[in-house]
Amino acid sequence: MDDLYQQQIIEHARRPHNFGTLSEATISHEEYNPLCGDKVRIDLIIEDDVIIDVRFSGQGCAISQASASLLTDEIKGLSVNAAKEYQKDELLELIGIPLDKNPTRLRCALLSLKALKAGLYGVGNIHDEDL
Amino acid sequence: MSQLTQFDVLALRREFPILQQEVNGHRLAFLDSAASSQKPRHVIDCLEDYYRRYNANVHRGVYKLSEEATFAFERARGKVARFIGAASPREVVFTRNTTEALNLVAQSWGGANLKPGDRILLTLMEHHSNIVPWQMLAQRSGAVLDYIGLDGAGRLALEQLDQKLDERTKLVAVAHQSNVLGTINPVAQIAARAHAVGAVVVVDGAQSVPHMPVDVKNLGCDFLAFSGHKMCGPTGIGVLWGRRSLLEAMPPFLGGGSMIKVVELEQSSYADIPARFEAGTPAIGEAIALGEAIDFLDSIGMEAIFQHELELTSYALERLGAVEGLQLYGPDSATERGGSLSFTLEHVHPHDVASILDGVGVAVRAGHHCTQPLHRHLNVPATTRASFYIYNLPEEIDRLAAGLDKARKLFM
Repeated sequence: MDDLYQQQIIEHARRPHNFGTLSEATISHEEYNPLCGDKVRIDLIIEDDVIIDVRFSGQGCAISQASASLLTDEIKGLSVNAAKEYQKDELLELIGIPLDKNPTRLRCALLSLKALKAGLYGVGNIHDEDL
Repeated sequence: MSQLTQFDVLALRREFPILQQEVNGHRLAFLDSAASSQKPRHVIDCLEDYYRRYNANVHRGVYKLSEEATFAFERARGKVARFIGAASPREVVFTRNTTEALNLVAQSWGGANLKPGDRILLTLMEHHSNIVPWQMLAQRSGAVLDYIGLDGAGRLALEQLDQKLDERTKLVAVAHQSNVLGTINPVAQIAARAHAVGAVVVVDGAQSVPHMPVDVKNLGCDFLAFSGHKMCGPTGIGVLWGRRSLLEAMPPFLGGGSMIKVVELEQSSYADIPARFEAGTPAIGEAIALGEAIDFLDSIGMEAIFQHELELTSYALERLGAVEGLQLYGPDSATERGGSLSFTLEHVHPHDVASILDGVGVAVRAGHHCTQPLHRHLNVPATTRASFYIYNLPEEIDRLAAGLDKARKLFM
């Protein structure tokens, strides 16, 4: 447990980066985890195929909030194609906590990436395996 | 505080092999029995004995093993009937779980009896298993759903019964005890008023049958559904009790072996109850082990179990009430509720609460507990839930409270 709640996670959960919504969003997508009721919405402004601004909103546990905070930092300034290629392992490494034996919490950690990719690909849902 | 407990909890705990372990370096405090209870040695041994010694299909073979299996299977049905005060073992239908039992009523009774414009009355505190089958029935039949609301303390707003019950109401489905709020509902009173307008009453007993004396005659309901795995029995076995006259008039649920009399190429005639509702090979060993679980509970006594949980709940209400930033949902008096306590902790998401508690060996559940409409009503996305059973101790509630303080400090 103490592995899960490292200072970085607590800090990001308390004061998440890029939290909020964008009224002029080019793409906006909300993902929902029916297991726990958590929601993450990602708003993107895309110009010339580049993500020039991003916000996330919603409610969730420290891990899902910290993950969304870290992910939105990562993708700001990326091209749409680069963001589509962003791998879940990169995000998990950034989160830096061991989740391989904890599939329920892994889902929390991947919720924001799921919202991002479903939004970018314009599909309703992406299976965790396909992230 | 446990002077009143009529049985030796420490001795009883030794009957549960799973409780003898450490989790994350701490002795396991299992506070999630509302989701599924742990199993005593007797039940595990009984299941193993069936598979090792007399595994055979029931109601088929004429050989010794099959006869022994059939005898044990039907004896388990008799134990269930006695346990809930049923008039006859024939009123006891084995299902997979509470969910399947409720679906059986919705499909079979509901399919045969509901017309467009009929009304189904539910409550806002129901588990999804006592909502979704009725929604599906409403969509098929053209019946309309309505819900009894809650008061500020998480009790049913019973004054709404009179305005919502009328001769169009064909079915009322209600939980005996809420899996989130812990509220014990006055089922007998609801059943009497529902019967006065001619409605059939279905009770979800998943959270009551394991924890208190339940007698269908006193409840006055028409159907009662519950699960074996929440009452020290195995998974995969549940019960639907139904009034004989209703069951006898109902069409089959699933089609297949066991549920027929004569099968011809174009049509079949169906078996008598309860076989009519038990298509295919049942969970034989699991049903027999459920019978063993009932013997185990009976040996302690359901009244003593109820008293033990009442003491734990009173103590938990006191301890959790003293945790700063904790919001408890449901009645704040132990006499109005069972041992399921759901709460939120300021600034800490319920999943984080549960993870932090897991770190100190305390197992609780976090999420919406299959009650999304209730959580929407409470205006929270999720809660953390601690729930108690026969083997829990006051010191485990102390550990819960200490873990909650730790969680709060971590996020402060």
